[in-house]
Amino acid sequence: MTHSLAQIPQWLAEPGLEHFLIISAILFSLGLLAVVTRRNVIMVLMGIELILNAANVNFIAFTRFSTISLEGHLIALFVIILAAAEAAIALAIVLNIYQQFHTVNVDEVSTLRE
Amino acid sequence: MTSDTLIQLALYILFLPLLGFLVLIFFGKRLPRHGDWLGTGILGVTLIFSLIILFVKLLSYPAETFISQFTWIDFGNVPFIGPVSIELGIMLDNLSVIMLVVVALVSFLVHLFSIGYMQGDVRYSRYFAYLGIFSFSMYGIVVTHNFLMMYIFWELVGLSSYLLIGHWYEKKSASNAAMKAFIVNRIGDAGMFIGIMILFVTFTTFTFEKIFDSLAVGTIPFGSEAWLTAAGILIFCGAIGKSAQFPLHVWLPDAMEGPTPVSALIHAATMVAAGVFLIARTFAIMTGDALMVITYIGVITALIGAIIAITQYDIKKVLAYSTISQLGYMVMALGTGAFTAGFFHLVTHASFKAGLFLGSGSVIYAMHHALHKKHDHHTDPQDIRNMGGLKKKMPITYLTFLIFTLAISGVPFTSGFLSKDEILAGTLGFASVTGHYLIPVLAFLVAGMTAFYMFRLLILTFHGEHADKSRESDLHESPSVMTIPLIVFASLSIWIFYSFNPFGAASGWFYSAMERPLSVVPVDVQPVAAEVFNKAVHDVHTVAMILSILIAGLGILFAFAVYHYRKIDADNLSKATGPLYSLSYNKLYFDEMYDKSAIRGTLGLAKISAWFDNTIIDGIVNGSATLTRLWSNFSGRFDNVVIDGFVNFSAYFTGFIGLLLRKFQTGKVQTYIMFVIFSIIIFFFIFRSL
Repeated sequence: MTHSLAQIPQWLAEPGLEHFLIISAILFSLGLLAVVTRRNVIMVLMGIELILNAANVNFIAFTRFSTISLEGHLIALFVIILAAAEAAIALAIVLNIYQQFHTVNVDEVSTLRE
Repeated sequence: MTSDTLIQLALYILFLPLLGFLVLIFFGKRLPRHGDWLGTGILGVTLIFSLIILFVKLLSYPAETFISQFTWIDFGNVPFIGPVSIELGIMLDNLSVIMLVVVALVSFLVHLFSIGYMQGDVRYSRYFAYLGIFSFSMYGIVVTHNFLMMYIFWELVGLSSYLLIGHWYEKKSASNAAMKAFIVNRIGDAGMFIGIMILFVTFTTFTFEKIFDSLAVGTIPFGSEAWLTAAGILIFCGAIGKSAQFPLHVWLPDAMEGPTPVSALIHAATMVAAGVFLIARTFAIMTGDALMVITYIGVITALIGAIIAITQYDIKKVLAYSTISQLGYMVMALGTGAFTAGFFHLVTHASFKAGLFLGSGSVIYAMHHALHKKHDHHTDPQDIRNMGGLKKKMPITYLTFLIFTLAISGVPFTSGFLSKDEILAGTLGFASVTGHYLIPVLAFLVAGMTAFYMFRLLILTFHGEHADKSRESDLHESPSVMTIPLIVFASLSIWIFYSFNPFGAASGWFYSAMERPLSVVPVDVQPVAAEVFNKAVHDVHTVAMILSILIAGLGILFAFAVYHYRKIDADNLSKATGPLYSLSYNKLYFDEMYDKSAIRGTLGLAKISAWFDNTIIDGIVNGSATLTRLWSNFSGRFDNVVIDGFVNFSAYFTGFIGLLLRKFQTGKVQTYIMFVIFSIIIFFFIFRSL
């Protein structure tokens, strides 16, 4: 077992905090990219979900590699609930926008300027 | 008849002419005959009343003075001064009752004469209205018992004189003469006003009696006798103006521009005599020095008038200068202390000089009509060179004129002889007491000159041949309404009315009625005492009488020699005297002198002050305006450029910034997120290094 284990690279065999943080950063960046570049409101919302999940990963990772107890888990759970609520509200807004402008393209909905 | 009745009659005399004036000025044109009967009738009534007052007063109450007065303004007890009140009232003493008759008689007869003379005049009713207000004012001067009313009526006669001189105001010379008379009189009146005020601040009253009484117990203005002398001379200034004394005599000859009856009434008999009356009224307060000034002014005036009268050719101008000369005589007489003689001369002069003027009016009337008939508008109807030979054509006018001329020349058996003789005796007596012998010498000289120029006038007007034969048939005697006054005046120029003795008035009623008032000034400044003076006059009286008859006779003889028999050629005479003649002919250059000095001076002063006003005052005003304009210009520009520039710039700058920032406000959520992220990254880098 040990042998077979030995063939796996060190950084992979024993994943540390940095790995999780990198994953989380990648996830966050992707989410941000989706939020900034996507034209479709639904896609933007999905990007937001990705960002929230990146934050969750961070919480879990810090909880795993620290001596502190379960607060990270708790906050992650809160964030998931919050994300669900946020999605519900956001979708409602999207529906309203669609009713108002007959489109879900964020570029065309630029009335915030006024 | 009681004193109350006399006072009431005097009030009627005073106010009836005023009533006549009011009626004539408002309704004159609508009355039948334009109301001449009304004015004349009222004056007739006042004449009767004044005669009643004269007889009752002189027969029953010769030594009493009746005063009726009421308090007009009561100032109460004024702090530091004491009780002050102004009383108005009338006073009847012998002086005023005699003067009342003089005024009423002359005024009535002039009214009568004017009915003929002024017939067909454009402002016939207004003329009679003005005569009415003149009579009212003159009566006021005569009966008043205080200085204030005296001054008010004094100005009113000045006003009526102004109105009547300017009766034919379409003529430039007439309106100028009216203004000249008014302005020249004002100079004298200003002095009179100051004199009255000196007395008022001292005695806190205007009433003659109270002032005399306070003076008699030793109160004098500002505790100094010089002030009393000054007050006397200043009051005399009023007389200098009104009575045309040197140096303010220049208005009287010009005043002849008025209608001739007006000249007779105002400028010969009554108004100009008001100055003499004023001196008589205030005689008691005159100090010896003041009377000396009055004497010299009088004698200078008499001389000047006589000198100028000799060479004049206008019949009225001769009479005007003769009036000035005779007024000088009266003033001189009062100054020397010959009080009764001076006032007596006023009375006699009033009748014969009014008669002379009315006679000249009659002549002018005849000349005017004769010239009018021939359509000759170039010949002057008043120039005696155009007359001559009127004796046959106008016998009544000639005879009366002759009597007047004899009277003014001082020929015995005339009223003029009586008064003039007394005056000359007075000056001689005065000289023998004080040593001022120049006064009688000049007075006798003037008497001779008067006889000469009056007979010159008479001869040139009435004797010889008429200047233009073709005119002779058109010359007629004036209507009876004009000759009757002449006859009345002529009869009043006879001695009998004043004294039964033709060679001395001292025994007549006039001398017993009029006595020189006692002087109330302090003893050391009193004039020559009456007893001393009377004694001196008595001593020289016979000498004076013989001298005056001789001198008058000489003057008359000389006039006949030159103008009637032409033994001496008048032209040669005037050439021989050369500069003296031209001096006299040009009225001693008084008008020119005043034109060069007073009038030019006033004009110069006016020009200087106008220049000052235009240049300096206006310059300051305009300069400050210019300065203000410049400043506001600058501040306007500052406002427009700097302040507005700042504001505009800030607005522009804000707009520019807005324009820039506007680019960031895309309204796209994603752009905003980008900004947030980049900002966070930037902040991250900034705060990391801290």
